[in-house]
Amino acid sequence: MNEATPHSEGFGEFVGRAFGNRSFVIGLVIALVVAAMAAISFFWTPFDVTRLVVADRMQPPSAEHWFGTDHFGRDVLSMIMIGARNSIAVALVAVVIGMGIGVPLGCWAAARGGWVDEALMRFNDLVFAFPALLSAIMITAVFGPSAINAIIAIGIFNIPVFARVARAGALSIWPREYILAARAAGKNKSRITVEHILPNIANLLLVQGTIQFALGILAEAALSYVGLGTQPPMPSWGRMLFDAQTLMMVSPWLALFPGCAILITVLGLNLLGDGISDIFDPRSRRRP
Amino acid sequence: MSLLEIEKLSLRIGRTQVLKEIDLAIEPGEVMGLVGESGSGKSMTALAVMRLTPAASQMKGRVTFDGIDILSATEAQMCALRGDDIGMVFQEPMTALNPVKTIGEQVAEGIRWHTRASRAEAEAQARKILDRVGLPEQKFPLSRYPHELSGGQRQRVAIAIACALKPKLLIADEPTTALDVVLQAQILDLLKELVRENRMSLLFISHDLAVVTEMADRITILRQGMVTECGDTARTLSEATHPYTRQLALASMHVPARVRPHIDETAPDTLLDVANLTRDYPGRRRSLFSKPEPVRAVDNVSLKMKPGASVALVGRSGCGKSTLARMILALDTPTDGTIKFRGMDITRADETAMRRARRNMQVVFQDPYGSFDPRHTVERLVGEPLHLLERKPDRKERRDMVGRALHEVGLSRSDMEKYPHEFSGGQRQRLSIARAIITRPKLVVADEPVSALDVSIRAQILDLFAEINQKLGVAYLFITHDLTVARAITDDVLIMHEGRIVERGKTSEVLDHPQTEAAQALVSAAPDLHRAIARRLQEQG
Repeated sequence: MNEATPHSEGFGEFVGRAFGNRSFVIGLVIALVVAAMAAISFFWTPFDVTRLVVADRMQPPSAEHWFGTDHFGRDVLSMIMIGARNSIAVALVAVVIGMGIGVPLGCWAAARGGWVDEALMRFNDLVFAFPALLSAIMITAVFGPSAINAIIAIGIFNIPVFARVARAGALSIWPREYILAARAAGKNKSRITVEHILPNIANLLLVQGTIQFALGILAEAALSYVGLGTQPPMPSWGRMLFDAQTLMMVSPWLALFPGCAILITVLGLNLLGDGISDIFDPRSRRRP
Repeated sequence: MSLLEIEKLSLRIGRTQVLKEIDLAIEPGEVMGLVGESGSGKSMTALAVMRLTPAASQMKGRVTFDGIDILSATEAQMCALRGDDIGMVFQEPMTALNPVKTIGEQVAEGIRWHTRASRAEAEAQARKILDRVGLPEQKFPLSRYPHELSGGQRQRVAIAIACALKPKLLIADEPTTALDVVLQAQILDLLKELVRENRMSLLFISHDLAVVTEMADRITILRQGMVTECGDTARTLSEATHPYTRQLALASMHVPARVRPHIDETAPDTLLDVANLTRDYPGRRRSLFSKPEPVRAVDNVSLKMKPGASVALVGRSGCGKSTLARMILALDTPTDGTIKFRGMDITRADETAMRRARRNMQVVFQDPYGSFDPRHTVERLVGEPLHLLERKPDRKERRDMVGRALHEVGLSRSDMEKYPHEFSGGQRQRLSIARAIITRPKLVVADEPVSALDVSIRAQILDLFAEINQKLGVAYLFITHDLTVARAITDDVLIMHEGRIVERGKTSEVLDHPQTEAAQALVSAAPDLHRAIARRLQEQG
């Protein structure tokens, strides 16, 4: 046995196992495709989306315009590529804000208990009681409509969701005997939280993260719809979807393609989250 | 004709052969004991009779119950059998009942389903059977919920559900394993009476030979999915001709060879000095305005331990022994009283002083499955207490220390790369012990460390405890309800009852001549293989 390696499983084996996991591979491929699309759109898109060609308006998918054109004659594929950038950025950053603040709060509430727990959770309920979207509209209305403010507004309402999931998960781990053993080994609560609680609730948080990501895309879409999110002429998936709403009967592809983009992205991230939590669970390793 | 006949039953789940050509027959009114270690296929045999085996399993062979071919019966026929002609009692009374339904509903449910009786009739019948199992109307109305009952009472409800329709065959799968010895004796008596009254057959599954001997007329011994021996209980066990039977019988009576470590009784130094310790928990509020009456879990307990001593703390479940242990380990704060560990008052110590104390006391828990974080390697888990050391060991030293601890408990150094799920129950308990001794503590508190283990594994772990006591001079506080464990490994015993220590003294003296009522109850309820065999042989003449 090689003394230098920390685990019996080498890096090569780990990668091998990761790529043997079907949901991880599919999820990863989808996520990479979406990310690549967003990245390419910074340098090149099939057509310029700021130029309106009214003569080409509402064309069905064709060899020239793969996904067709909208009522201003803009190329839908190009818009989806640029929209990926906005939608993903808003939803992802909002999830990061929610996790970054919500998870520590939830873990703290579970570890500390007593009045801290009570106060934090009641405050949580208070935030929950506000209709999230209305409050987001309020925030963006006060601080001015922009993508950044939309991110902050959506992020704030992710905090109680993650706090609650983290607290519930942590509470179910705390009474386990291995936590008692760690306490008997003299470790304090913050250290136990980092070493034992977080790894064991990570899969819960990952799943919640993908759900919140999907909701984030939709929330951004809603905000953009009322003109408080991404500002035109910048396209976003949500805006495209809502713009297409009135034209559903005439040119269904306008709704179909951005809708599919949201669906596939969310599905991919779900699979990726599942795969990651599988791979990092040591119980999924085969016995030697 | 036999009531239940199993012929050459084989069962496989995926590629694992769980049962191999099992033969077993139960006559009407007979009690058959099914014995084996965990993983030997006892529970699977029972589930196969009910045809409740996991979906992926494939069965071969023949199972005939009361003339019905079980393996080829339709699902509707099986539904009619289950709960009517065949009743089943499971091991874990805490999870066997539905927490949101009253006990009355749960007992009446089966009666209504099988007999199409009206609600009122079914409830009347449920009342009768609950009275029979020792839950009288005045104290246990049908409207009680499971959480309002203790473990023993819940097991009585489970038995009432299984016996409500006077089944021809009752299957009891380790029905007393989760209960303390006094409750175990009560539940066993109840089962015996019910079997006799209704002329039921009973398939009694257990890993405890003494318990099976008390219950069963005939015994079948399973090992790795195969029947190794089958026959009259008393004769099979007293003659013990089959090597595996002998091995089981010896293991269940095993006493580790201990050279008593030299303890100077007159030496002035005390390792642990607990004085007038009390712990109250907030009770349930009776009304909105009254102050809730606190529940006293530990009541004015004092005890002293010498370095290197081995002391048993014995008592029924809920007597406060685990609460006492947690306070000694400083995982819980006492309401009143002091704990002095090596001369230092740990009830009022600050963090830095506490670290020094913690290094010298460690703990081994009961459940070998729950006491390890499944996501960490053994190296990290066993090395967890090392951060208590004055000087943090570097990576290599750390690995050396973990390796040595693993070696001391009979595991190999290379095991430190593995994860807990790669070990069996007994091996995990060795890991717990390795974790407990890695800082070379002076005191190890062991909370029921062997009660979740099979007899042969249990014997090995007891040997290990005895060996470490001698080699390292560690003092033990053994918390247990099992008197054979106390007898095997400890010199002194404390009997705890309702929060107080009611009797104390040398282990052999107290257990041979118990003075208090609490101690007598424990001693007389404790299953003993020798006594059980002798009684059976006497009955048979």
